[in-house]
Amino acid sequence: MVIDILQMAIVLALGFLIMIPLGRYMAAVFMFKPTFADGLFNPIDNLIYRVCRVNRDEGMRWPGYIKAMLLTNLAMWVLIFATFMVQHEPLFAALNPDGQGMMNPFLAFMQASSFITNTDWQNYGGESTFSYMSQMFGLIFPMFTSAATGLACGVAFIRGLGGSVSLGNFYVDLTRGITRVMLPISLVVGIALVGFGIPATFDGAQAATTLNGPLTPASPTAVASPEANASPTPEATPSLTSQGQQSITRGPVAPLSSIKHLGTNGGGFFNANSAHPFENPSPVTNVIEILLMGAIPASIIYMLGIMLDKKKQAWTFFGVLAAFYTAFLAIDYVNEKSGNPLLSSIGVSAAQGNMEGKEVRFGQAQTALFANATTAFTTGSVDSMHDSMTPGGSVTPFSNMFLNMVFGGKGVGFINLFIFVVLGVFMTGLMVGRTPELLGKKIEVHEVKLASLAFLMHPLLIFGFMALTFALQLDLGAISNPGPHGFSEVMYAYTSMAANNGSAFAGLSSNTNWYNVSGGITVILGRYISIVLMLALAGSMAAKKTVPMTIGTMRTDNRVFAGVLVGTVLIIGALTFFPVMALGPIADHLAMVAGQTFQAAGS
Amino acid sequence: MPAWIRISILLFLLCGGVYPALVVGAGQLLFHDKAQGSIIYDKDGNAIGSALIAQAFDKDQYFHPRPSAAGADGYDATSSGGSNLAPTNQKLIDQVKANADAAKQDDPALGEVPADMVTNSGSGLDPDISPENALAQVPRVAKARGMTEQQLTGFVNQHVIGRDLGIFGEPRINVLRLNLDLDAAKPMQK
Amino acid sequence: MPKPKSKTFTPEILVPAIWQAVIKMNPRWMVKNPVMFVVEIGALMTLLLTFSPTIFGTAAASRGYNLVVTIILVLTVLFANYAEAVAEARGRAQAATLRRTKKETPAKRLLSDGSVQTVSSSDLRKGDIVVVEANDVIPGDGDVIEGVAYVNESAITGESAPVLKEPGTDIRSSVTGGTQIISDTLKIRISANPGETFLDRMIALVEGAKRQKTPNEIALTALLAIFTIIFLIVCVTLEPFGSFLGAPIDVATLVALLVCLIPTTIGALLSAIGIAGMDRVTRFNVLAMSGKAVEAAGDIDTLLLDKTGTITFGNRLAFEFIPVNGHNEKELAEAAMASSVADTTPEGKSIMALAEKLGVKAGTLPENAELIPFTAETRMSGIAQNGHKIMKGAVDAIAALVDTVPLDLTKEADRIGGEGGTPLAVAVNREVYGLIYLKDTVKPGISERFADLRAMGIKTVMVTGDNPLTAATIAKEAGVDDFLAQAKPEDKIALIKSEQAEGKLVAMTGDGTNDAPALAQADVALAMNSGTSAAKEAANMVDLDSDPTKLLEVVMIGKQLLITRGAITTFSIANDVAKYFAIIPAIFVAVFAQLSALNVMQLSTPQSAILSALIFNAVIIPLLIPLAMKGVNYKPTSADRLLLRNVSIYGLGGIIAPFIGIKLIDLVVALFVG
Repeated sequence: MVIDILQMAIVLALGFLIMIPLGRYMAAVFMFKPTFADGLFNPIDNLIYRVCRVNRDEGMRWPGYIKAMLLTNLAMWVLIFATFMVQHEPLFAALNPDGQGMMNPFLAFMQASSFITNTDWQNYGGESTFSYMSQMFGLIFPMFTSAATGLACGVAFIRGLGGSVSLGNFYVDLTRGITRVMLPISLVVGIALVGFGIPATFDGAQAATTLNGPLTPASPTAVASPEANASPTPEATPSLTSQGQQSITRGPVAPLSSIKHLGTNGGGFFNANSAHPFENPSPVTNVIEILLMGAIPASIIYMLGIMLDKKKQAWTFFGVLAAFYTAFLAIDYVNEKSGNPLLSSIGVSAAQGNMEGKEVRFGQAQTALFANATTAFTTGSVDSMHDSMTPGGSVTPFSNMFLNMVFGGKGVGFINLFIFVVLGVFMTGLMVGRTPELLGKKIEVHEVKLASLAFLMHPLLIFGFMALTFALQLDLGAISNPGPHGFSEVMYAYTSMAANNGSAFAGLSSNTNWYNVSGGITVILGRYISIVLMLALAGSMAAKKTVPMTIGTMRTDNRVFAGVLVGTVLIIGALTFFPVMALGPIADHLAMVAGQTFQAAGS
Repeated sequence: MPAWIRISILLFLLCGGVYPALVVGAGQLLFHDKAQGSIIYDKDGNAIGSALIAQAFDKDQYFHPRPSAAGADGYDATSSGGSNLAPTNQKLIDQVKANADAAKQDDPALGEVPADMVTNSGSGLDPDISPENALAQVPRVAKARGMTEQQLTGFVNQHVIGRDLGIFGEPRINVLRLNLDLDAAKPMQK
Repeated sequence: MPKPKSKTFTPEILVPAIWQAVIKMNPRWMVKNPVMFVVEIGALMTLLLTFSPTIFGTAAASRGYNLVVTIILVLTVLFANYAEAVAEARGRAQAATLRRTKKETPAKRLLSDGSVQTVSSSDLRKGDIVVVEANDVIPGDGDVIEGVAYVNESAITGESAPVLKEPGTDIRSSVTGGTQIISDTLKIRISANPGETFLDRMIALVEGAKRQKTPNEIALTALLAIFTIIFLIVCVTLEPFGSFLGAPIDVATLVALLVCLIPTTIGALLSAIGIAGMDRVTRFNVLAMSGKAVEAAGDIDTLLLDKTGTITFGNRLAFEFIPVNGHNEKELAEAAMASSVADTTPEGKSIMALAEKLGVKAGTLPENAELIPFTAETRMSGIAQNGHKIMKGAVDAIAALVDTVPLDLTKEADRIGGEGGTPLAVAVNREVYGLIYLKDTVKPGISERFADLRAMGIKTVMVTGDNPLTAATIAKEAGVDDFLAQAKPEDKIALIKSEQAEGKLVAMTGDGTNDAPALAQADVALAMNSGTSAAKEAANMVDLDSDPTKLLEVVMIGKQLLITRGAITTFSIANDVAKYFAIIPAIFVAVFAQLSALNVMQLSTPQSAILSALIFNAVIIPLLIPLAMKGVNYKPTSADRLLLRNVSIYGLGGIIAPFIGIKLIDLVVALFVG
């Protein structure tokens, strides 16, 4: 318990220590100030600009910035989709040693959309579906570009808040985000991760003969077949496992693992994602992956303080986010550490906590840190199976994804926080007897409409598709757990997709046409609508006259406002999502503590 | 060709091609064995498995890994994943109860069953078990190998991997390495 | 603050408003208020369910329950309409009084040949010249071009003392249609066409006929509309969710949940708050041309205040006696008193008052004394008695009169002049006794008012034609932050523009025609009713009492209006927390018994829980009408303190109050619902 708290405290402190220098460096990158690495990067960037015919001095107003962003993302989407559709062609056999077959176009649609939007929701098991070419060009590629797109939009948004009508040049921001921030860090950390045991090879699966040899039939260790099995072996042919054989899939995992987290993407090379020992072999890699996830989203807040020359404002935001972050971490840890009372009652020790779906090497502290980080920073990788979390513990991922502002992904996370800032300032700002102002700009009908529409999109997407699923009974068979938890599975799916998170209650067998299509739509709308609306808001604020601060102005950089912001997030968030939380995790939790279980209808 | 297409293609090649190739190349050079998946070979050069990936054990003389939901019979390294059973799912309770009953059959003196012994891991390929789990299996393995429980307990304790850097994660035992070392130290009479 | 003229609530206002509330249920009117429109549609749905409980599907509640829900919903709508009607009724009552003034009156139009033609006032056009004589009602707005007369303006200002009108002077030349001339004759040039007169606009304003939503109201309405959509999504989708989990929800309950969640409290009171804010301004006898102006008043960063009339009384009054030439103060005071016994000017009166304060017996003009009046040539006045002359006057005039001019006289006189005061010398026969220090006096209490403004973050700038030295003295005494000395009208505009360029909002008062451009430039411009029509035209507020300090009240009212709006919005949304804890367990407890743990209020039954929340939601509206009308308590202080205070009261209070309210209602409702 003490060592658990210590572990969590150290990881939080390390994250904090990374934030300050990285935030400073990123501010220099996006303010075009000299950095130590210019000698290396300037020639590279200039080459890229020349090849792409980008005029780096050309500023874009918000519509231009959005247009460039959307078109570039469209072109990238096409490239990714095409990669998936040709992965099985003999021409690319060199990058397909395990002979993966042709992809279902609906799945390819879903996955291209999921990766380009930084969601990385996966309706497939990586090791059984994707060739190495798809892993590299269909997954690692958008892991960089979707992250850099988000970062660029965040930077543009901050420039708008700073009063600049030109939000910058999208192509330049995209390039600098990749070449100066993401590529160097991913490269160094990726190689280091190989040293910690993560494979990096183009060789195909390794066949092995196990020490034990063939299993005796009806072995006690062979557990009843799981729900989430992507490709159940037909009964007729005995499995490799039962024959004492193992096929160990591997591949270029390390390059993916570093950018997967640095870019808060989350798409796993393997089905089990970062629970898989090849993606996350030890507690140290677990810590590295957590720190990678938080590095950029937290640094953006620090960068904002420098770019706007409002350090105190940045610390206020940071304080609010850190408070939410720590609180959600505590909720997760306490619930998981307490374990499942239903198992305690049949003689299972509660000392380790709830171990279903968790890895021994991580234990509860590292697992809670990861679950909180991956949903707060909208990464979506998992080092445990969230579907098997205690309902109380699952409040953490749900809350992070419902609120969608606890740091959030690169750039877009801050943009989402700003939705609450605008709404909070507008509602309470009146109470100081002035029409509301934020960062020296009047918040008027245009801003209120944009911010509240951006907020509206999130519940609209989640509840809308959930309601369609249940009302029209679409693929209800995909739900694996009975009772309120089954409801939570569908809710988790659309929440994760709308929040561009990508983690899952993986019991849901969502590789169906309905989930592929509705999911593709959800990730795209969840990603781009809020970006477009909020960039428009930044553009509108930039064009406004700055109102001077007086003692009569509501400050947004002190404790009182921090309290107001927390209250706004809690009340608006709770009001919107409390009913479904009551139906899902809360009902589930209350059942669990009351000793009630749920039985699947058929069994 | 407009800028938005040009930059997309350029980044496609740079991030999707050049970058992974660099990491794989450097990884292969610096950490060849790890880059290949930490594969363990027997003295004849045949692959036994990966040090990082759990494999199935059901013989009494071996320590057993955690239950696995990967693939039909578990431990399928081409199909990683957990059971995804909810804590309130009756099916989970039934499974865990069956596993716990089996554990108690092996060791009637076992009090509370260690949780990792009876629950599915997240990946289905968790290579480790907790020291408590290993100790709970000592009576069965000792009996099968004709060792005293004391001897075996000492052997198990030597194989405990501490927390990383003394602080991160949990103490654990790698099942494949334990079993390999056990075979080497105390080969089974054929 | 001066006391408002009338009480907020009287039966004459409250009773007819009930009927208005019913009339306003017309959907065409309701649709302007999206929140309450949704409630009305909900009521319609539950009404249908009352007749045919299964019309929307199988999950049906009893007819009685549906009927009760319908009744509560209709009451909710009525309460909202009533709030608005009460606010409007206050204006309407005022308008009715005004309208009585606005009768068709005969007008004597002066034709170009000099003859007079009697026409109806409604035939007068801008530019016409009319003649009005004693006891005539002035037929239209205009400017006096000839004659001097007293006019009774009580119909508009409520002030019974007649006002002197004369041509040429900016301040006294404008007259308002409907007022009555009580002496002499005036020639007036009509300045407004029928229907556009001041009175017409005033009636329209107080009636709210032309009331437009202010920018902030529009923004808030948009926010409330989107919240309503969000809760609509939450409630509509709850139906399939409930069905999936085996807990189908009946439509009446869903409607009840929706109505509880959407911000009905602020939706109901929003327009009433706006109307009441305007009304509060009106009750201070300030006429705001639009709600926008009142709202802008809350945002003011800089106040431009004319020195004369606003900060000082405008008359130079005796402040100090300074004896010279070896005389003492007492001797000087007696001489000053004697020289002023016949002086009826404010200066003279103030000299006598100051002397009296120093213990000199109030003097009267002795029988045999001879009055020496002030003339422009002599520049002195006084009395002659028994061959003695006691004179007071300009220092150089007195100096020329006396034998010797003592050194200290010149020195003191220079000092007074340097401080911006006026020295008057007093001489008895041919000997100087000393000086009377006449000073422009700052109104009592004004510096405290400026301190309040400073606490609110508002900068005050005094504008004066005085020299910088004089201006600085007064500015320091009054406690203004800055001053503009030797100000010409164009300096005022330049100052306003430079403040506005920094993003500040500027307010000012003015009355003369030469103020008009500055008034037009300012964000909030308060013109004096006594001022010219040009000034009134350029301003967005007119003070009927012509008291420029009213600008401070207007700013306070503007702030209070915004605070009230924010407070009730916050309260309204915070209320939802408790309503959830009432309704959610009630809806789902049937299928998940364990959810009764969420019933923290221990409400007796699911039905009574839902009805209690709904009743609370309805009755909170009339309970808050007084707050909406009077505005929340406002004391000038910094934004941080205000925010903390109001968030504590209306935010935290908004969370806690409904827990108590719903529980209490449930105790009663449980008696009726099983």
